[in-house]
Amino acid sequence: MRYLPLEPEDRRAMLARIGVADIDALFADIPEAVRLAEPLDLPPGAGELEVTRTMERLAARNTPAGSVPFFIGCGAYRHHVPATVDHLIQRSEFLTAYTPYQPEIAQGTLQYLFEFQTQVALMTGMEVANASMYDGSTATAEAVLMAQRVTKRAKAVLSGSLHPHYRAVVETLAHFGESTVVALPPAPETMGGGEAIAAHIDAETACVVVQMPGFFGDVFDLSPIAAAAHAHGALLVAVVTEAVSLGALTPPGAMGADIVVAEGQSLGNGLNFGGPYVGLFATRQKFVRQMPGRLVGETVDADGRPGYVLTLASREQHIRRERATSNICTNSGLAALAFTIHATLLGEAGLARLATLNHESAILLAEALSTVPGVEVLNETFFNEFTLRVPGRAAALIDALAEKGVLGGVPVSRLLPDRPDLADLVIVAASEINTDADRARYRDTLGQILAETTS
Amino acid sequence: MTSPTDERPAGAREGDAASCPAAPETFSGNRGLDIEEPLLFTLGSSQKTGVDLPEPRGLAPRLDGVARRGPIGLKGLSEPETLRHYVRLSRRNYAIDSGIFPLGSCTMKHNPRLNERVARLPGFADVHPLQPQQTVQGVLALMDMLSHWLLTMTGLEAVALSPKAGAHGELCGMIAIKAAHEASGEAERRRVVLVPESAHGTNPATAALLGYRVRAVPADSDGTVRAEAVAEVLGEDVAALMLTNPNTCGLFERDVVEIARLVHEAGAYFYCDGANLNAILAKARPGDLGVDAMHINLHKTFSTPHGGGGPGSGPVVFSKALAPFAPLPRVVRDGETFHLVEHDGRADGGGDTRQRPFGRLTAFHGQMGMFVRAMAYMLSHGSDGLRQASEDAVLNANYLRASLRDVMSQPFGDRICMHEVLFDDAFLKGTGVTTLDFAKALIDEGFHPMTIYFPLVVHGALLIEPTESESRASLDQFIASLRALAEAAKAGDRDRFLAAPRLAPRRRLDETRAARKPVLRWMAPEPARAAE
Repeated sequence: MRYLPLEPEDRRAMLARIGVADIDALFADIPEAVRLAEPLDLPPGAGELEVTRTMERLAARNTPAGSVPFFIGCGAYRHHVPATVDHLIQRSEFLTAYTPYQPEIAQGTLQYLFEFQTQVALMTGMEVANASMYDGSTATAEAVLMAQRVTKRAKAVLSGSLHPHYRAVVETLAHFGESTVVALPPAPETMGGGEAIAAHIDAETACVVVQMPGFFGDVFDLSPIAAAAHAHGALLVAVVTEAVSLGALTPPGAMGADIVVAEGQSLGNGLNFGGPYVGLFATRQKFVRQMPGRLVGETVDADGRPGYVLTLASREQHIRRERATSNICTNSGLAALAFTIHATLLGEAGLARLATLNHESAILLAEALSTVPGVEVLNETFFNEFTLRVPGRAAALIDALAEKGVLGGVPVSRLLPDRPDLADLVIVAASEINTDADRARYRDTLGQILAETTS
Repeated sequence: MTSPTDERPAGAREGDAASCPAAPETFSGNRGLDIEEPLLFTLGSSQKTGVDLPEPRGLAPRLDGVARRGPIGLKGLSEPETLRHYVRLSRRNYAIDSGIFPLGSCTMKHNPRLNERVARLPGFADVHPLQPQQTVQGVLALMDMLSHWLLTMTGLEAVALSPKAGAHGELCGMIAIKAAHEASGEAERRRVVLVPESAHGTNPATAALLGYRVRAVPADSDGTVRAEAVAEVLGEDVAALMLTNPNTCGLFERDVVEIARLVHEAGAYFYCDGANLNAILAKARPGDLGVDAMHINLHKTFSTPHGGGGPGSGPVVFSKALAPFAPLPRVVRDGETFHLVEHDGRADGGGDTRQRPFGRLTAFHGQMGMFVRAMAYMLSHGSDGLRQASEDAVLNANYLRASLRDVMSQPFGDRICMHEVLFDDAFLKGTGVTTLDFAKALIDEGFHPMTIYFPLVVHGALLIEPTESESRASLDQFIASLRALAEAAKAGDRDRFLAAPRLAPRRRLDETRAARKPVLRWMAPEPARAAE
């Protein structure tokens, strides 16, 4: 087996030094009755070539986003990732390092995490950020728990603008963690900040959770919601599922958010069918000791030279055990590295331009699709994603588009199957990857399918 | 700043010092290949960028009143500067690819590059989690294949692939247990989770997150949990036992079958922390040991890269009793077609009525990129290779034990261990050298230290896990350094340890200072901020 360095001769000599007759002697603590005598009922090992063939066969049964006109978003976005990013994250010293528990020989990881924390704080308009969470949805659930610790209150109010998967994650944790969630229904008619969320905030409320851009793609001012939350002593948790939007929009921190969580996949990371992604988590300095997750801090070494260490570990499970702020152990180190490298390549000017290109791509797409008879763009405002009303069942339409080689968006029924009133809606995303030809193809194919079904 | 020569203990390496005087401080602060690299914020500028993007068309924005007005504050670098910055940073890291990484309980094994290559096939890496299911049949087939392998290896009934990491898997398993107690109407009275003192911190933290009280189970003098000790603390208020097996002392829990029987008899469930599955894979199946739920760290047992702290991946396997409560989504096979079940169909009378999913743990479907890597690892090893890997891991750990037992001390006597060997600091008694000092001296010798001060039940613990990836020559080198250091400590060469590390990119870092007044981000210097 190519990954195993020991030769039979090594094994014999090593067993001799240990002082046992055979390898079975080292497994003697496993009760005889449950020790496997036979090999597992699985195929034998395979060489690189055979494994590659198997994997290529499976990969060939999928439609890669890059092979078709592609307009799917809803929490995961396809952007161009510079070649430099994937090269750098495969450096052995990044890829095959562990959590930086020995800082003297992990300054590489620690410094990039410190830089990552800074970038995330700047982009969200917050004072501090942690070294990343698993993804945007779990970061949202952790933000709710943190707000409950800060306010010592149990209730979370979730806006209908929140991605249904995110809402489900918060609800699962709330149910089994024995806290309360009030979740407002997703309502496209309240797009643009028209949701009457303030009425649900009271003296029991720990936090209000609002996504911006919203699930339906709209952008709106968070300040009135922040004011309503603060008036009752509650925190505003702002959720961002498209990190590129932070290049074009007023940061949540400047609109009164107390905690900002985001899905960072858009920068540096591919679609990967949903993971691994990278959760961003930022807050105000005064809440730092209530934060979950790893934090890197600056310090000096014994010679007075600057350096970085994991810090405030007294919040974490490996020190505090059942009194920890979270059970989280890992972060998304390598995905955070991809994010931070991409952000470094973009810089201020590049991120702003990328965001503008995304916005313009969506404007052009909205214009193109609204020319199709029977199709209506519901949004007044949007960043790079918006909602379409189509004649008939959106899910069938999206399948028909896929048959014709266009991945045209997410039917709302895929995420909200219990809402038949929304079954004619599609959420469509655009980005810098889309060309004029892609948009024309989508428009024409959509028109063709609708003409066929209505004729 | 003191020069390295001032720190050098008198009498140590005198011969060397005479023939080869210490290097002087350099003017640049660099030392040969070891280059000082500033923060990117002091290197970059707000105008500079490393990407060439087309000019926007100047369309009228539809951002209402929330268009960004002020600068973000980011700094950019050109492509060559970006490469150099991160390559220089990378060189300040220790990594498996450069040497043995013997962190106990962390399983730092070889990360095959084939796995990286296949995970980047566009058919896996460039598919969206919400594409129509007919366009992702190969992905779903791979998830089904991975599930089959995991269930065959563990002898259990169902699997949840979505947990994002080990601790997330623990949460998944424990929620399923709570859901099962809810379903039987016993959740109200079962408020306690039993956790041995040697457990990972994530175990009690997970139990607490779900509102459980944690009751400790004491370990026996041999480092394992006895069935009688479990019986003593079991009761009608107990929801579950969380046990790591092999445990964090590197020992197989010999009473495990009896413990599982007692737990079930009391109406509770047995959660197994699968962090150490790599020791017994293909040698015993957790299902046969009576386990009800267990997370599997794909980044430990199945070689997906640790990446400096993630991303991990923590699928959970369930017994028949807990299988109906497994979370969404699930992959279901129907002939040659695969379905991703994303919703609980019970509400509208549809769906599989035997299923009672507890909900959703994360957006989308789990760490697909890690599933591909783990699957490539499994296919490469096969049934025979997986067994050999477990045997070699255990053999390597015992070889270390046998090679160090006369100079280091074992807390529970000299007994066979599994995939990792635990020492305590008794051998350092009276030397003035602590476990931390000993670990830091290993850095100067060119090795990453073992896990230290864990498990908490052992004084000054040093937990070494070599994994099956180390050759005998590599182990012998490591052994020689450990022996030399142990002997140096006993011989009174204390300064070598107290000043260590001296040869790493940084010497010991002031962690107290970092925590007292946390500096968690770069800030623009005052005048620059005023100018913005």
